Amino acid sequence: MPVGPFGLDPLLWAIVRLLIAVVLVVALILNSSLLLIYLERKIQAVMQDRIGPYHTGPFGLLQTFADALKLIAKEDVRAGHTDVAFFIAAPALVFTPMLASYVVLPFAPPLVGADLNIGLLYLATLGSMGVLGIVIAGWASNNKYALVGGLRSAGQLISYEVPGILSLVTAVLVVGSLSMVKITETQTGPLVNLFVLPLAFATYLVSSLAETNRTPFDLPEAESELVAGYLTEYSGMRWGTMLALTEYGNVVVVCSIMTTLWLGGWNGPGVAALPILGVVWFTLKVYALILVFMWVRATLPRLRIDQLMSFCWKILIPTTLLNLAVTAVLLIAFPSTLVPVAIANWILLVAFIVLLPVVQQRRLRQLRKTLRARTAAAGVAS
Amino acid sequence: MPDYSLSYFYVFVFFGTGAVFVAALLTASGLVQPKKKTAEKLRTYESGEEPVGGAWGRFPIHFYIFALLFVVFDVEVIFLFPWAVLFRSFGWYGLVEMGVFIFILVAGLFYAWRKGALKWY
Repeated sequence: MPVGPFGLDPLLWAIVRLLIAVVLVVALILNSSLLLIYLERKIQAVMQDRIGPYHTGPFGLLQTFADALKLIAKEDVRAGHTDVAFFIAAPALVFTPMLASYVVLPFAPPLVGADLNIGLLYLATLGSMGVLGIVIAGWASNNKYALVGGLRSAGQLISYEVPGILSLVTAVLVVGSLSMVKITETQTGPLVNLFVLPLAFATYLVSSLAETNRTPFDLPEAESELVAGYLTEYSGMRWGTMLALTEYGNVVVVCSIMTTLWLGGWNGPGVAALPILGVVWFTLKVYALILVFMWVRATLPRLRIDQLMSFCWKILIPTTLLNLAVTAVLLIAFPSTLVPVAIANWILLVAFIVLLPVVQQRRLRQLRKTLRARTAAAGVAS
Repeated sequence: MPDYSLSYFYVFVFFGTGAVFVAALLTASGLVQPKKKTAEKLRTYESGEEPVGGAWGRFPIHFYIFALLFVVFDVEVIFLFPWAVLFRSFGWYGLVEMGVFIFILVAGLFYAWRKGALKWY
């Protein structure tokens, strides 16, 4: 009879391992959202020359903990005209795909829930399942702000899904696998994929900002025009589950995808000797990316819905398709080396950064011209 | 590492955990929270005004057009994933085949663009 680790029966060990994984992931989501909300507020404060939370606990560290307790003890009102079943189901529908994504994230060699051979496709699929819950929440609230917020969110999330997945496919061309563990194992050296595919990284970063509803793409929750978007009718812990837990959980998921594909995942000095050390490197890389997200939030203003959609369909999707085509052709033409791919990608990245303002200026001039012509025509008519 | 079916069992358990966790959290919250319902509190929020009509009505057609475009492109990227894994073994043949496929879709995108489907205002 085969014997698993710690002298346990393999089946029993699989169940014990599953329980450990579930407990660890739930603890990770709860803790990381508590920590990230604190970090977000503190970093925003520092960037805006304020102090931020500092009353509760040392350096205000217990502030989000107090907020969480308050949310749990708060009445969650369900307005009279809502669709009861969907209104109650919506928080679970956005939370569950986010939690299920954690099963394939490779934290360290011994810390992978399940190494699916379609890991990346699985993550992309779950990323789009969250939209369903958001649309249902917006519709079930029977509130105009919530409906518009939910629909905008659907439009934004499904649009930015396409360039995001195209960037992932570009990276898959280079690494040649969809399993998160195998992808990490191809990048053991210091020359990670970021140096080979910088443009794919940039486009994925932009689309992941949109996927997680963060500034400058936080239109669904645009508080200055839509109150709170699809969250308008939600309060108490239902709101806490949908916003606090799910939003920050999703931020961790997209940053982990970027870490695995472009930054080498758990690889780092000392991992070969002590595999569990990988979790330290993985966490450091993920948090570096999350800091970039927070920096973007403190820097950029919110886009308009037409700018958002036209940027995605007219600029980002053609760019990612071009990048995919160039990468594929160069990989087939030079099967043994990645140098031509890297050179082409850096050139494309520079061209993208330089040409983007030029194109936007031109579009803005054209738009002003049409609007002016329209006003002039209206003036003549009256 | 657990075998193939066991790893999908993990996935299903994680899905179940998500639903159970949310249910448990909301139930626990329901036990400790006050419940004082008033007519004002249960009214749909509309910036403090009396709500005018319901929200389940018509909405702009743009969302529908973008959803249609998305379906086309999402099916495309699902086909791209298996090709991307195996494309080294297909070589030039697979590249040209996929090039034709993507070209047709891009032509479709430009057609929609010229027709004004991507216009929002």
